[in-house]
Amino acid sequence: MGIELQNINKKFGEYKAIDNLSLSIPSGDLIALLGPSGCGKTTLLRIIAGLELADSGKIILENKDTTNLPPRKKNVGFVFQHYALFRRLNVFENVAFGLKVLPFKERPPRIEIRDRVEHLLKLVQMDWALNRYPSQLSGGQRQRVALARALAVNPRVLLLDEPFSALDAKVRQELRRWLRKLHDEIHVTSIFVTHDQEEALELADKIVVINKGRIEQEGTPQEVYDHPANAFVYNFLGNVNVFHGRIKNGKVSLGDHDLDAPDELKYIEEKPSQTFVRPHEIGISRIRSNENDLVGIIHEVRLQGGQIGLNIECEGLDNPIEAEVPRELFVNLQLAKGVQVFVTINRVRVFAGDYEI
Amino acid sequence: MSQPDTNNSKAPVVNKRISDPQSVQVLLIGLTYLFFIGFIFLPLGLVFTQAFQKGWSFYLESIREPYAIEAVKLTLLTVAIVVPINAVFGVSAAWAITKFNFKGKTALKSLLDLPFAVSPVIAGLIFVLLVGSRTPFGSWLGEHGIKIIFSTPGIIIATIFVTFPFIARELIPLMEAQGRDEEEAALTLGARGWQIFGKITLPNIRWGLLYGMILCGARSIGEFGAVSVVSGHIRGQTNTIPLHVEILYSEYNFTASFAVASLLVFLALLTVVIKNGMEKHFHKNSLHL
Repeated sequence: MGIELQNINKKFGEYKAIDNLSLSIPSGDLIALLGPSGCGKTTLLRIIAGLELADSGKIILENKDTTNLPPRKKNVGFVFQHYALFRRLNVFENVAFGLKVLPFKERPPRIEIRDRVEHLLKLVQMDWALNRYPSQLSGGQRQRVALARALAVNPRVLLLDEPFSALDAKVRQELRRWLRKLHDEIHVTSIFVTHDQEEALELADKIVVINKGRIEQEGTPQEVYDHPANAFVYNFLGNVNVFHGRIKNGKVSLGDHDLDAPDELKYIEEKPSQTFVRPHEIGISRIRSNENDLVGIIHEVRLQGGQIGLNIECEGLDNPIEAEVPRELFVNLQLAKGVQVFVTINRVRVFAGDYEI
Repeated sequence: MSQPDTNNSKAPVVNKRISDPQSVQVLLIGLTYLFFIGFIFLPLGLVFTQAFQKGWSFYLESIREPYAIEAVKLTLLTVAIVVPINAVFGVSAAWAITKFNFKGKTALKSLLDLPFAVSPVIAGLIFVLLVGSRTPFGSWLGEHGIKIIFSTPGIIIATIFVTFPFIARELIPLMEAQGRDEEEAALTLGARGWQIFGKITLPNIRWGLLYGMILCGARSIGEFGAVSVVSGHIRGQTNTIPLHVEILYSEYNFTASFAVASLLVFLALLTVVIKNGMEKHFHKNSLHL
């Protein structure tokens, strides 16, 4: 196992930041800790790095119990949200720092340090900036230097705390793909923390969804996205329409309409329910194709890149539905604001009980 | 400062409308000058006129007189001891307050201003009451041959008290703005405490630290009230420059008094010049994050 966390607990005063959390990550994987802000994901990362002390629990990194080691001996590479480059040191000295502070006996000779730093800077495509200072670099460049600095000490594991969140959208996407490529080359077990589901889905081998200091679900991006374990995960991963209703006699109410309840909920007693529908799982047409279709009027049209977002007010529903259609369909059907359409709900997820988010 | 000027030349029309009427400008600038003349240029000029009233040779004689030289020596000795002590205290206090969370932190932060708020005379009296020869602790010290009040240690202690906020006050906002990220990064990279301090923290705060030390030194040179209470005014032994000036003045030896006072003025001007040079550097280097 690359990283093994056993029953980690952490309280800040009365507030439970991490609640008896256990997690195993195979060596060489790239894992996303995904959750809303304040869910404890950054705290967990800082506990692994030793920057924060867990109240109880065990941390095993690459088969070595590091729970009680001081942070400088944990040998963990940490990349900070705001880069945290040493502003008084140039790029070379920043990356060399971890090697130069080694005790004399372990410190590699000067030439070796030079070679290693140059190699790492080449790896992050920053070898042209050896003598620059952090203030002379852009955000994306700084974060790449920070990554090289963290890798310089041959860390057991690499931890990245919202590494791209301070960057603008385009750089963020570039750096994301580049990090994935880099990870495929160097294979160090890595965890990155993010609140951006898109980032997690695109980048990670496995996603761990965290809420209120507990794991809600872990799995590959595909698993987590297609088979959310509960309402929280469903809601957190991507845009979604939520309908609050009741399950009764094998039917789920959706406003004034009834849908067949999924099999596992068919025979339960009456309960409040939440029904989730993703915007792209909604079909739009100008002719009624099915007696269950909802009738609605397009209330708002939004351009979203290749897709068109529609806000549709349907008869019998309290809240408007968000739908997404390809641009081509939008043009072919001659859709526009105020047009009447028929709405087919292709796929729903129903969760029984009120889930607090 | 140069920004409004460039705006002015590029967009005069807009600027005319939003700037104050001419009369207000003239009035405010006039008032500022009047204030400076009345409270700075005039007094400074007077110090020098008085100092040189009896000619250049009398001036030199006044500042070369043994008691004056002893006073200068004592003042410089005080500064040389007080500034390093307060630098160590200031850095550790600022470090503790900005990098750790502990009980009473907010209270300590506000109490840091106490020496500024309390009258220096009271600061002096506190130490007389604490270690004066009439107190148990003071008499115990006396029996062991340690004299604090009416001697150099007392002067140094009183000066430390009066000047200790300068450096910490300078460093706390700076260190707060810089945060703990760099130290934490160094920690995860395997650095030890002293390596982090020497390689990361100290370089990051060095201009703020120097700036605080200059202010602390300037105040140490000029401190009168607290030192006056604990010194005992023994000529040639416990007289600092400000005390010597006062003694000469009260003996109606005005010209000599102003001559020595002019030394203080020179030191003050020197401080301002260094401070200004430093401020430029400080803003260029320390504040970009």
